[in-house]
Amino acid sequence: MRSLLMLSLLMLGLIARAQVTGYQVGDVVTDFNLKNVDNKNVSLASFPNAKGYIVIFGCNTCPVSRGYENRMVALQQQFAAKGYPVIMINPNDPEAQQGEAFEDMQQHYKKSSLTFPYLEDPGQVVTRRFGALRTPHVFVLQKNNKGVVVSYIGAIDNDPDNDNASRINYVQNAVNALMAGKQPEPSLTKAVGCGVKSKRG
Amino acid sequence: MNASGTIICISAHPLIKLNSPFACFFVTYIQASYMLLKLGLYTALLNTLLLRAMAQQVELATVDQLEHRFAEGSDTTYIVNFWATWCSPCVDELPHFEKFGQAYKDEAVKILLVSLDARSKLRTNVIPFIQKVQLHNEVLLLNETNQQEYIDRISPDWSGSLPATLFINKGKQLRRLQEKEFTYDQLVTIYRSLK
Repeated sequence: MRSLLMLSLLMLGLIARAQVTGYQVGDVVTDFNLKNVDNKNVSLASFPNAKGYIVIFGCNTCPVSRGYENRMVALQQQFAAKGYPVIMINPNDPEAQQGEAFEDMQQHYKKSSLTFPYLEDPGQVVTRRFGALRTPHVFVLQKNNKGVVVSYIGAIDNDPDNDNASRINYVQNAVNALMAGKQPEPSLTKAVGCGVKSKRG
Repeated sequence: MNASGTIICISAHPLIKLNSPFACFFVTYIQASYMLLKLGLYTALLNTLLLRAMAQQVELATVDQLEHRFAEGSDTTYIVNFWATWCSPCVDELPHFEKFGQAYKDEAVKILLVSLDARSKLRTNVIPFIQKVQLHNEVLLLNETNQQEYIDRISPDWSGSLPATLFINKGKQLRRLQEKEFTYDQLVTIYRSLK
């Protein structure tokens, strides 16, 4: 009985560990090559003049993610020309969540105000590599002499309901810090969002 | 028509004498409308009363209040499901928590359904939802705004993604958070493994 308990404790530890895999701040990112809603592939290398990237895991069906779309567009407007384009990746497995198929993404894109690439991730390979857990989940990347490095992971701001007068714009602050040659502070935030749907449960 | 030539109007008041089918139809129509209006008013009144009663059932709770409750019931295993009306997998798994709550109501286990909907959505979304799907487990609405603080306080293992479920038993020093959607069997299995 005791050994069974120990075994289950050990397994719990493994489960807990499995939840924190993915890129950490400071890690070098491997480039990806994923299909955009316009059927053309997009990778980090597609932006040769970029100084960094704002990679957002977002989707069609999550109200939190959708509620942030205007603010994502504002980030693109503010930072794309300065060398930090927004790239959105759908992390959900369409077989695990209705309304997340590539065709649904194309329809959603048409109806939405999105102005940046919106990529599918078949097999959720890039999603797992990044360790995206929810939508929206943001990774701010910066190019330096080591490669493309993760500089900030977390929320767009601390105002999911768009009603906080003292809103802190984490991503905006992070990119501004990078442009000023500083490291983002905080570099890691948490937020309530829709869990990434995968078949494995 | 009776002998005196007056039309018997079944729905009309006995004091109203009618002498044409049109008048009978008209009176019936007015009476029916009036009754429907009254029914509508009563239903609205009942709904308001029920809503008010339900609103009292969905209490607001801070993390401190939750912790206090776990400490008070240290012989109880609390299964705390964090959900929201906007989270479709959360809505999908709620029936499993309902079934579990019923099946294990005689054991020292308590299910708390903690909604992360905005406070402003309590009356407009949360309570109508609870009424619609007939939740019997206790429902609370998390009374916290600072996600940077409360997510870690509930569990450092929690990224903030929904659904998430906390298994906690102070007496056994158990505190485990799982970020996933449970089936009923998985709930039973995990509960048994904790006993």
